[in-house]
Amino acid sequence: MTERTELREGREGMPGQHGMTSAVDTPVEKPAPRSGLLAVARAPGWVRYALLAAGLLVALWLPNGLYPAVAVDILCWALFAVSVDLLLGFTGLMSFGHAAFWGTSAYLTGLVAIHAGLPFPAAVLAGALGAALLALPIGYLAVKRTGIYFAMVTLAFAQMVYYVANEWRSVTQGENGLQGVPRAFFGADLTDDYYFYYAILPIVLLGLFAAWRIVHSPFGRVLVGIRDNPARARALGYPVHRYKLTAFVLSGFLAGLGGGLFAVGHRFVSLDVLHWTTSGKAVIVVVLGGIGTLWGGVLGAALVVRLEDWLSFSGFEAIGLVTGGIFVLVVLLFRRGVWGTVAHLARRRAAMRRDRSG
Amino acid sequence: MAGQAILSARGLTRDFRGFRAVDRVDLDVAPETVHALVGPNGAGKTTLFNLLTGFLPPSGGRIELAGRDVTGLPPERVARLGVARSFQITSLFPQLGAREHVELALQASSGLGWRFWRSAKLMRRYRDRADELLAMVGLADLAEAPAEALAYGRKRALELAIALALDPKVLLLDEPTAGMGLEDVDRTVDLIATVRRGRTVVMVEHNMSVVGRLADTVTVLQAGKVLVEGPYEQVRADERVITAYLGAADAAH
Repeated sequence: MTERTELREGREGMPGQHGMTSAVDTPVEKPAPRSGLLAVARAPGWVRYALLAAGLLVALWLPNGLYPAVAVDILCWALFAVSVDLLLGFTGLMSFGHAAFWGTSAYLTGLVAIHAGLPFPAAVLAGALGAALLALPIGYLAVKRTGIYFAMVTLAFAQMVYYVANEWRSVTQGENGLQGVPRAFFGADLTDDYYFYYAILPIVLLGLFAAWRIVHSPFGRVLVGIRDNPARARALGYPVHRYKLTAFVLSGFLAGLGGGLFAVGHRFVSLDVLHWTTSGKAVIVVVLGGIGTLWGGVLGAALVVRLEDWLSFSGFEAIGLVTGGIFVLVVLLFRRGVWGTVAHLARRRAAMRRDRSG
Repeated sequence: MAGQAILSARGLTRDFRGFRAVDRVDLDVAPETVHALVGPNGAGKTTLFNLLTGFLPPSGGRIELAGRDVTGLPPERVARLGVARSFQITSLFPQLGAREHVELALQASSGLGWRFWRSAKLMRRYRDRADELLAMVGLADLAEAPAEALAYGRKRALELAIALALDPKVLLLDEPTAGMGLEDVDRTVDLIATVRRGRTVVMVEHNMSVVGRLADTVTVLQAGKVLVEGPYEQVRADERVITAYLGAADAAH
């Protein structure tokens, strides 16, 4: 078995790597997941601006319609989901260990905010940079693997981070967690979640814009190429591993941004932020919203966070049963996710109308 | 001879779990020639291609590109040294449009691909050159079409356009006319005859008429070994080739 593993894994992007038989002479065309990238890029301009305006309006209204604390969670999870989609949807890498970056940033942000007394955006930035730094060695080792192996390597590293945090009680306070993370911001009173929401909204929008920019950059174009056909990308001269690593670090930064805000939002950091179920939830949110749609992750975050809050408020205890059940339904029936399905239907209708009028 | 070769292999070997696909192959490709690799199915032609382009590490032997040792270099490094390849089974980016493929290939030699903070609109700088290359391979009208929607012959043409976009010194074509209709074959032969000027072309090809029209040198492989090498007319008349290659090819088709 060792040699086959070497054959299929030793040189990523080698023709024939997808076959279980020794079809080493034949490059196998891999069916690519449907991408929202080009569809979004090709939607008429007014549709995109209208959607953007509607999204911004909803974001501005959100804490008036929901519990502000829930709205804050939605923003943080939106960043987290988008960071996972950057890898899953646009690079073809399924990270099952993104809690490592979310959680590391949460702890770092908490520690910086508590001990340095910096304004919270500076603490969050420090946390996100720390997460990106952590993503460098983990990504370096992980991007050499693909598919399930990549997912397992990221999961393994995330578990290591979890156990380090658990053991390193003098810093992380172990199971007690970091208590009393301040929301310092130049003397402004942000203790009310309602105001805190508006304080972090610009940071979140900036993070989402960064993700959008990355996807629609020359770099993002290369990533899509790598996702769809790594062997071809290498034959063009693109160093696939280095591109994937860069995407991984950028994704780690964005996940860290979300995790840092989450820590300040809750004023408390527990080991949950590093638990593997947190990584799993991020993947569920992305799949629910729509892989490779970017904004689908935001929508998925809103749905999952809202649903979980509603379930726990109504005293329902097996929340995982419901979210898990919905996940199974989405995977079986709506593989494009919420955003992807809606976009697909809209496109089909537009095409039908064009056919009729033309 | 070896000193003049632009691409050469010495004792090149590749084993797959006890099966020797390429067996101590010596190969010298003279600059600005068309060099065809022929042989029955399973002769190791595509494996040899994968070795020469870095897609497979050799089990033994050595590869030189213009005198430089490139043995064991990863494919992207080999590509950057001026070796472009096409794939036997069409290998494209299914979601991307034809022009986007060529733009991506043109961009590869610049640093633009790293600019994650810039707009993809910057890639428009490659548009004119991309359209030129698409017109050259007869895809001018299909620049916007996603690759997965192209007919088979068009996909092959796009493969060629991408390889040419890299402006390679050495162009490796793996069965450029496989599965094409006669008309497309003629057009592809004309195209290769055009683009070979100033370049070296190495091609795996089953269609002997294509080989006859294009190749300066033919290397016949059998069971991973070089059977015969020489000019087309000479190789075609060789007894060993007639029995080994033509017989086996007839049986396979």
